[in-house]
Amino acid sequence: MTFSPELEARFEKLLKSYPPGRARSAVIPMLLYAQDELGSVTRELVEEVARRCGVTPLQVDEVVSYYSMLRRKPPGKHHVQICTNISCLLRGADKLWEHATRKLGIGNKETTPDGLFSLEEVECIGACSWAPAIQVNYDYYHGLTVEKFDELIENLRKTGVQ
Amino acid sequence: MLYNEPSPLEVKILTRRFGLPNSASIDTYLATDGYKAFLKAREMTPEQIIEEVKASNLRGRGGAGFPTGMKWGFVPRQSPKPKYIVVNADEGEPGTCKDRLLMEHDPHQLIEGILIAALAVGARLGYVYIRGEYRYVIGIMDGAIAEAYERGWLGKNIQGTGFDFDLYTHTGAGSYECGEESALLESLEGKRGVPRIRPPFPAVAGLYQCPTVLNNVETFCAIPAILRDGGAAFAALGTPRNGGTRLFCLSGHVNKPGVYELPMGFNLLRMIHEVGGGIPNGKKLKAVIPGGSSCPVLRADECDLAMDFDSVAKAGSMLGSGGVIVMDEDTCMVTALWRIMRFYQHESCGWCIPCREGTTWLKNLMHRIHQGGGRSADIDLVGDVARNMLGRTFCPLGDAAAMPAISFVTKFREEFEDYIKRRSSPLAELVTLGA
Repeated sequence: MTFSPELEARFEKLLKSYPPGRARSAVIPMLLYAQDELGSVTRELVEEVARRCGVTPLQVDEVVSYYSMLRRKPPGKHHVQICTNISCLLRGADKLWEHATRKLGIGNKETTPDGLFSLEEVECIGACSWAPAIQVNYDYYHGLTVEKFDELIENLRKTGVQ
Repeated sequence: MLYNEPSPLEVKILTRRFGLPNSASIDTYLATDGYKAFLKAREMTPEQIIEEVKASNLRGRGGAGFPTGMKWGFVPRQSPKPKYIVVNADEGEPGTCKDRLLMEHDPHQLIEGILIAALAVGARLGYVYIRGEYRYVIGIMDGAIAEAYERGWLGKNIQGTGFDFDLYTHTGAGSYECGEESALLESLEGKRGVPRIRPPFPAVAGLYQCPTVLNNVETFCAIPAILRDGGAAFAALGTPRNGGTRLFCLSGHVNKPGVYELPMGFNLLRMIHEVGGGIPNGKKLKAVIPGGSSCPVLRADECDLAMDFDSVAKAGSMLGSGGVIVMDEDTCMVTALWRIMRFYQHESCGWCIPCREGTTWLKNLMHRIHQGGGRSADIDLVGDVARNMLGRTFCPLGDAAAMPAISFVTKFREEFEDYIKRRSSPLAELVTLGA
């Protein structure tokens, strides 16, 4: 399996960062960084990571099924993750969530038919003092209101068309 | 950069570089006494370093509050095995958002703290385990580590002292459980994040079964100040047995939510009203979760309280990870507990039965009550299930779910009874959320 030169460089650095014989430590970072490039963890990727880290594909699969950020199917281009945990809930994350489902016309872990947006309810993302907060892919947006959310979605829609 | 207006009541030790231009750069760090504590520690024996940390009364900032100097003292330095330093930057306790800021604004302070710990126990290699969602923070830490290598503060023969140390970041991939130290080590070894039975503790058998110092980000960040100004000076900032300052994350119903560095023992009501600017719209205080969502809730009348580990424990809760979650009089406690129970059920790793089954029962019971189908016996059932989990799980996640459950149904019993009778609450708009 071939990856971009940047990803290959990252893999090389990763494998060097653990003591000799401990390549298994690289399994989770490798999966996540590769997923960023591929969109999801494919069968092929599981086997490639297993080969590079010297473990069985089953040992990689059991990791994939455990961690919530690793996924078997690609999300939308803009993966909208709304925290509804306690600190965000107290600042209106419940209303933001309901609004987001209506605005995007999709439910939890669903993708819009054009593939532009997907929606996920997530647990605490460490933005409690700037609640309610969301992440779109890896980008944080703090102190959201329904209006700010709509504005953000419209901006993302434009970048999606380009 | 994520930042909130500082409060004049803050005592800025760990956050003193926050807000400086280019606060994350090594030049700013070196220009403001950076890495001087490491050079000082290099002249000391490992025993002297550990004694200084013990004298500071620094207690672990991840949640458990274990004395840091004592923890370092458990590492068998004569062991022929390699020793490791591991930083817990898997910040995931709901209500907690401080480690992110410490790494974002002042990553070199963390690196210096790690280096001093390495001198104290004879480690040559370390990892900063950062939760996967903090991707931009990993970028900042990677940048700071690269700077430190370039300028000779990491790598071989650091600043000509003959000391070698290598440091790397390691990303998590979405798991609250990996903030538990033994699960974090499993994850760092490339496995599912399930906890290990202890003893042996990580100090003796940690990463790759080798002696390991494992502390929270904020704990390491306190170390440079302790070595620079002396353990006694740090201890004097706090209360007896609770040294120094700590970063409190104010969230929920306050006018000025934010992360504030305050002396240990700072009064909780003052924190809410004077630091946090009081409660919006002139509402009254109803309850506070003082240290992240796993800590027992405090009623308003219990909040005239010194915020240090011992005082909060005496009041029946925990100082935890510093996440102070404030709830006003209009907060529906059934909804709040329902959401918290959903979290613990989602995050239980499933390894041990009392936690896997217990968190599922608590979530289902709370779901039934919240949706209006609760029976009056359900309130006691929540308490019974939770009490049967306490102390019976492999790791503290079971307790973390049980403690808020018991405290909510005990302290707000009438509200739960009323909700069940009405099948709703005047305070709650029924929300269903994602799951």
